Amino acid sequence: MASLELKNVQKTYPNGAIAVRGVDMEIDHGEFIVFVGPSGCGKSTLLRMVAGLEKITEGEILIQDKVVNDVTPADRDVAMVFQNYALYPHMTVRGNMSYGLKNRGFAKDEINKKVEDAAAMLRIGDFLDRQPNQLSGGQRQRVAMGRAIVREPKVFLFDEPLSNLDAKLRVQMRIEIKRLQRRMDVTSIYVTHDQTEAMTLADRLAVINDGRVEQMGAPMELYSNPATLFVASFIGSPQINLLPVKLSGQSLVSGDLSIDGFQDLPADKELVLGLRPDHLSLSADQAGSSNSALKIRVDIVEQHGADNVIYGELIGAGSSMDGEPVEFCVKTGQANIPDIESILDLHFDVADAMVFLKETGSRLK
Amino acid sequence: MNNVNWRLLTTHLVLILGMLFMSLPVWVAFATSTHSAETILREGLQLWPGAHFVETYRQVLFVEGGVMKSVLGTTMLKNSLILGIGFAIGKVIISMLAAYAIVYFRFRLASFLFWVIFMTLLLPLEVRIIPSYEVVSSLGLLDTHVGLIVPLIASATGTFFFRQFFRSVPDELLEAAKLDGATAWQFFKDILVPLSRTMIAAILIIMFVVGWNQYLWPLIMTTKEENYTLVIGIKQIYQILAEGGELPQYQKAFALTILATLPPVLVVLVFQNWFVKGLVESEK
Repeated sequence: MASLELKNVQKTYPNGAIAVRGVDMEIDHGEFIVFVGPSGCGKSTLLRMVAGLEKITEGEILIQDKVVNDVTPADRDVAMVFQNYALYPHMTVRGNMSYGLKNRGFAKDEINKKVEDAAAMLRIGDFLDRQPNQLSGGQRQRVAMGRAIVREPKVFLFDEPLSNLDAKLRVQMRIEIKRLQRRMDVTSIYVTHDQTEAMTLADRLAVINDGRVEQMGAPMELYSNPATLFVASFIGSPQINLLPVKLSGQSLVSGDLSIDGFQDLPADKELVLGLRPDHLSLSADQAGSSNSALKIRVDIVEQHGADNVIYGELIGAGSSMDGEPVEFCVKTGQANIPDIESILDLHFDVADAMVFLKETGSRLK
Repeated sequence: MNNVNWRLLTTHLVLILGMLFMSLPVWVAFATSTHSAETILREGLQLWPGAHFVETYRQVLFVEGGVMKSVLGTTMLKNSLILGIGFAIGKVIISMLAAYAIVYFRFRLASFLFWVIFMTLLLPLEVRIIPSYEVVSSLGLLDTHVGLIVPLIASATGTFFFRQFFRSVPDELLEAAKLDGATAWQFFKDILVPLSRTMIAAILIIMFVVGWNQYLWPLIMTTKEENYTLVIGIKQIYQILAEGGELPQYQKAFALTILATLPPVLVVLVFQNWFVKGLVESEK
């Protein structure tokens, strides 16, 4: 039984702007789903439609097999954590957490017990009688989550909950959210524009672009097997290397470069070759790294500690998608620190290479 | 040592002069009110307090016939308080509800209605006094507190202030409240009203003073002496003073004036602290 189902959901604003163009999705009980996409892609709108804060122009949303299109947010039994926390500033932490229960007519003892349990789980038990403005950002975020979990809703909705926190806290809270969600076993939807957050949190993630779901699946599946150019370039850090090419015989050609080993591709279309930075290597002897047509002139070496990321201009290539010189990036071990301006041979396995149709962005290989 | 700070000195001089200019008349009124009628008639206004403070104020406040024909000073004080407080609270309630409707309910003509309300600023009581009187009198509300207060409590300024404030409240609070199962009324009462505390305090203070100082409307509304407010009383006392061949009781007129200024001053002083504290601590 699907816990949450979206059927051809669409959203058109009164001014004619289309935010969501037909989304279909089935979410199982306890799944952690992440909507990820660039800002303005409609991911937040979609979340707010699930919450009931935005009207659904067309299509249906079902929570536990009941159509909820015309059900008020309160009766949908969903809880939401907002980006700016949206705590009631004049109420104490306890007041904030118990407000929803009070409105639902729970008895006082029961409210107190639920609030204290949730507070203990989130380690905010000591702050119950403080006001939100006496708390730090991370603590406020916990209170916001506490407010959501005391109600034991059917669905948790997170609208970029970590984007107001600093980097260190964000990683910490990310882990905590994941742990909490596992423990509570509640179906969750999490919206973010941060692909690291998306990759690490999601059971399945939906890449959304221009109001459509480009692809939905497990994080690793999207990483290693993206369906479109957009998904390939959005998922993965550092970003996938892209090179506009044309097919000539069995080779992909860009400028003076010719890369062998490609078959069954349309000859008369503009194509894009995609190579993940971690599929490139500096030495030929690694298993399968058969193709070595590419060379870069080293520009910048980023040392991340465990590994280094080398950026450089691809020698002999035509221009990139934006008409600039093509820059490639290689992920390599911490011992590899090449000199700036030195020239490196790049090796890769043709099987790892992805080829997209430039016009539509769809994947050919 | 010749480094007198002339700038500082001039600044203070200007401030002191300004202070005297503002407060001397009040002081003179007070000082004069504590002298006997004979002294005032003989020597004019007084700069220093005299010996008749208790006598005069007792007469004004508690003795029948001491100031008006029959009504006591305390009765007028009570009437004024009812008008001031009723006026202020009425305005706050009406304008908060109007602003809540305009900001949070998307109904047709909402912004049109807002501008209609706003345009009533161009129609103060003085302009509509005859129709207002007509309405109140045909409802049989002349010489009642209700008739005194209700026609005055619609407030475009109050509505405007609350509208601006409500618009600055983040939408997420409304959404969070919706998800928490709050009804429109609960959101208003549990969240919007507590958030508006400082705004409410400010408007209450301003409106209390405005209500207290109402003159024209109470003047035409009240015909019986026992419904006079202090402000009307001051006007009437001079009329009474001018009649009859007795010695004009100027000290009582001054005493009444001082009494009339006291409550607004107290309200501002007492509420001011609370209001500033609220402003500093509030966080949306």
